[in-house]
Amino acid sequence: MTADETPATETSANHPAGAPSPGLSPAPPALAIRHVTHEFGARKALDDVSLTVPAGSFTALLGPNGAGKTTLFSLVTRLYDNRSGSIDVLGHDVRREPAAALSALGVVFQARTLDLELTVLENLLYHATLHGIGFRAGRRRALELLEQDGLADRAKDKVRNLSGGQMRRVEIVRALIHRPRLLLLDEPTVGLDIASRAALVAQVRKLVAQEALGVLWATHIIEEIVPGDRIVVLHRGRVRADGTYGEILARTGSDGLGAAFLSLVGEDSEVAA
Amino acid sequence: MSTPGRFRLPLAGYLIVLAGICWREGLRFLNQRGRFLSALVRPLVWLFIFAAGFRSVLGVSIIPPYETYVLYEVYVTPGLVAMIQLFNGLQSSLSMVYDREVGAMRILLVSPYPRWFLLVSKLTAGICVSLLQVYAFLAVAWFWEVELPPVGYFAVLPALLLTGLMLGSMGLLMSSLFRQMENFASVMNFVIFPMFFASSALYPLWRVQESSLVLWWICTLNPFTYAVEVIRFALYGQFEPFAALVVAGCALVFLAASILAYDPSAGVMARRGGPDNAK
Repeated sequence: MTADETPATETSANHPAGAPSPGLSPAPPALAIRHVTHEFGARKALDDVSLTVPAGSFTALLGPNGAGKTTLFSLVTRLYDNRSGSIDVLGHDVRREPAAALSALGVVFQARTLDLELTVLENLLYHATLHGIGFRAGRRRALELLEQDGLADRAKDKVRNLSGGQMRRVEIVRALIHRPRLLLLDEPTVGLDIASRAALVAQVRKLVAQEALGVLWATHIIEEIVPGDRIVVLHRGRVRADGTYGEILARTGSDGLGAAFLSLVGEDSEVAA
Repeated sequence: MSTPGRFRLPLAGYLIVLAGICWREGLRFLNQRGRFLSALVRPLVWLFIFAAGFRSVLGVSIIPPYETYVLYEVYVTPGLVAMIQLFNGLQSSLSMVYDREVGAMRILLVSPYPRWFLLVSKLTAGICVSLLQVYAFLAVAWFWEVELPPVGYFAVLPALLLTGLMLGSMGLLMSSLFRQMENFASVMNFVIFPMFFASSALYPLWRVQESSLVLWWICTLNPFTYAVEVIRFALYGQFEPFAALVVAGCALVFLAASILAYDPSAGVMARRGGPDNAK
């Protein structure tokens, strides 16, 4: 089964798929955001945002800098409180059931969040304990994931000595330690060279295909998106389009995603950048 | 896993989280030997140089808990112990500010465990580190003829936990209010030294009262004074209930305020636009 066969591809812009579609499994989507607005003082960072990440799908959150992607991530991870609308992770409202929601969530923040002075394994173990996984089990899981990702030989190295790409891969490994069902990545490829970027995208796509993980991948790099992905275009805090790759092209009458993106945000993108 | 509703974090998980946070703090502590050394050298400089120099100038009369005349070094020791904890409390907060800058704080806060528990665990880790520093200092001071009654070395432990909690949660509260290191560095200057000097750490309050009533009032209102006195009495196996009550009360207020400040719905973070930037 591929990621594209999952339910909510029919979800249209600003029309969330909170309830499961008829005839499909009643399992809740990995992430369902409904009508979320967030303001910093007078500035509206998010304006009535709704989107869904079905389980086992790669959903790209595409938007220029300042579109509100990081704010959205901060709300889902409960660094800020959403004062309007609702955010459900695997059917758990992040406000009412934060523990259940955060347990099902793995996240790679835009800023590097590894402790440079500690080793790779120490960083991973620390994260495991924060999720209530004991040292022995955490160590086993960390080594297993590092092995799968070809990083086992770096386990005892200080993070400071890793390359930027390796650090990102370790951060993804870390986000997976507690077996989340939803993985959020906030512009994870920023600052990486082309080869590292491709490796990272491949690593995450493998997780979607093999482990049916729901992935929300925030980016402003169009090349990271491939036909079959779900795409949510966010601009100036509003969802401008939400659908499959093909749907977005059809809706905008474009022959490429770049052109489609420009037609959705084009005139304003200069201001937003 | 995906069943909504009845989700409960296992109780054993709380212990694991606490152990993990303390373990990481310990690793960071070991990695930063300079931090340990400076935490030790700072009070020792006061003891070896300042107190020795002032020994002949400042006589301390017999006041509780002392039963005889004491050397100035002996008088100043509890204040220096409290100073270690004050520095440590603010230093672990400094690490919170640093953590927020590098984003590690985010990793802490996305743990599914309750935020108050994460912050208390972080505080506990900081207090454990301060205990190591204090006992190392007391060991060196022993060779400098600051010999306390043996019971004092044990009796001071609960006192240190209490004072460490107050000073640590004060630092935690401050860390929630400052976003940048530069701000915080100046806060250290504006907080540590005034708190230390305007207290009973260096001179008994009756002496302060003789020279300046205003300063005496400031010292009396300074919670650090009570931390010093709790430690002073405990070092002689005695309990000073009023000072302990003030310290416990301040600890509760600071802790509650910092938990509130880090709470996503009531906290200052959201209003400021987030933990690391205002994007």
